[in-house]
Amino acid sequence: MPSPLGIELNGLDKSFGAVHAVRGIDVAIPVGETVALLGPNGAGKSTTIDMVLGLLPPDRGRVRVFDKTPDEAVRAGAVGAMLQGGSLIRDLTVRELVTMVASLYPHASDVDETMARTGITDIGGRRTQRLSGGQTQRVRLAVALVSDPELLVLDEPTVALDVETRRRFWSMMRDFVAGQKTLLFATHYLEEADEYADRIILMANGQIVADGPSNEIKASVSMRTIRATVPSARVDELATLPGVSGAEPRGDAVLLTCADSDAALRALLARYPEAHDIEVRGAGLEEAFLELTGDAESEQM
Amino acid sequence: MSAATYTRYELVRTFRNVRFMLLSLVFPLTLFLLVAAPNRNQTLGGLSFPLYYMTGMVAWGTMAAMLSCGARIAVERSVGWNRQLRITPLTTRAYFRAKISTAYALASLTIVALYVSGIALGVHMSVGRWLTMTGLILVGLVPFAVLGILLGHLLTPEAVGPAIGGMTALLALLGGAYGPVATSGVLHDLVQLLPSYWLVQAAHTAVGANAWGAKGWTVIAVWTVVLGRLAAVAYRRDTKRV
Repeated sequence: MPSPLGIELNGLDKSFGAVHAVRGIDVAIPVGETVALLGPNGAGKSTTIDMVLGLLPPDRGRVRVFDKTPDEAVRAGAVGAMLQGGSLIRDLTVRELVTMVASLYPHASDVDETMARTGITDIGGRRTQRLSGGQTQRVRLAVALVSDPELLVLDEPTVALDVETRRRFWSMMRDFVAGQKTLLFATHYLEEADEYADRIILMANGQIVADGPSNEIKASVSMRTIRATVPSARVDELATLPGVSGAEPRGDAVLLTCADSDAALRALLARYPEAHDIEVRGAGLEEAFLELTGDAESEQM
Repeated sequence: MSAATYTRYELVRTFRNVRFMLLSLVFPLTLFLLVAAPNRNQTLGGLSFPLYYMTGMVAWGTMAAMLSCGARIAVERSVGWNRQLRITPLTTRAYFRAKISTAYALASLTIVALYVSGIALGVHMSVGRWLTMTGLILVGLVPFAVLGILLGHLLTPEAVGPAIGGMTALLALLGGAYGPVATSGVLHDLVQLLPSYWLVQAAHTAVGANAWGAKGWTVIAVWTVVLGRLAAVAYRRDTKRV
């Protein structure tokens, strides 16, 4: 018997005027899975999430959440979310706000327990407009968790947080999920997706370009670049080096995109000993996406 | 699950933010005290000046209370709170009920403050008149409650302040809160179609005007239904990222 699905998207499609934001995607997420929706800005992640939550009607296709419509799942109190760019309403204390949200749900968690779990007990008496960015984010998490949702949806939850706060955030999240709850989060950090998700769905240009276990996806998008000044070499010669998948001039220097940067570097130094000012860097996700989504790119033109 | 707790905290929030009471409470009350106190022994058309002026300020202030409560929605939307509420089981009906209750609480504060100040300046009338006036004002405010919600879901926080200030002043002026605009002719017929005209009429029952006839009740009912429909549509559509 197949495991029950937390989220099921069939042929989901959405346009805003001339912008085709989501292009007929199919996704099935079993109950209890933690999935990262990974992609650069404008990939269609937030639009997809809004449709999962019932905040946006799809133009075509179908959304099921625990085999219900999003509205039914929301009314049943099964969904909690931290939306992108959201903040808190002012003029309440932290405790009052969490209590207010809890009161809207049929079987909410204990307010004190949720506050302790998200580390906001000590700021419970503070007004919501007097919190730091990290504190606001923790309170928003408490607001999402206090309903004890079966599905938790987080749209770029750690954007603008420092590394330490980010780490603490995910450790709280792990405790909450504990293999029982379904978690879908959008991010444009590959590391975050790799570290905290069982599975990564890679989106670009409104399409799913890869979907699989996190380590596999990470390997497929982990490209590196070598930047070097090589006076005697032509760019097209450099492009043919072992391990190099592309070369572009950058002023006096050249930028090599590499599938295997170790092999490329060895070959570069062996063939062009005069190469200098060498820098090896992990390529940004955007560059990796360009490699993966050449087709989607040209289709759009 | 209980929307009562939600409503209670909405009330708490409203009364903690004094800025929202400027237009509805501080301005009308200050103006009343400044103008009516020196003229407390004057009469206007055979009526005591404080009584006449109090009713105008009540109409203006309560209208501002209703609209500014709606205006708060624009601020909530700008921080995405509207979307956050949408993914809770809170129903549209319960949401409207909470917003309208809050607006009425704010308007009641205006009414009580102006009545107390009026009585202090020598305003007196029969209990029956106080009650008729208050009852009609409360009914006359319903269209303004839904208008506030409608504006809150349509406008940005930057636009909503001037829109509410301007609209309140214009509706109060045309409705006759600062004195009748016209007593006959086309203009008189037109202003009678405004809900603010009947709100001012409600306040003026204290100064001897007739209570609403069928026309008054109809105008208030039609505005309530039309604006209520529009507000419900605006609320349902208002789920996009801003």
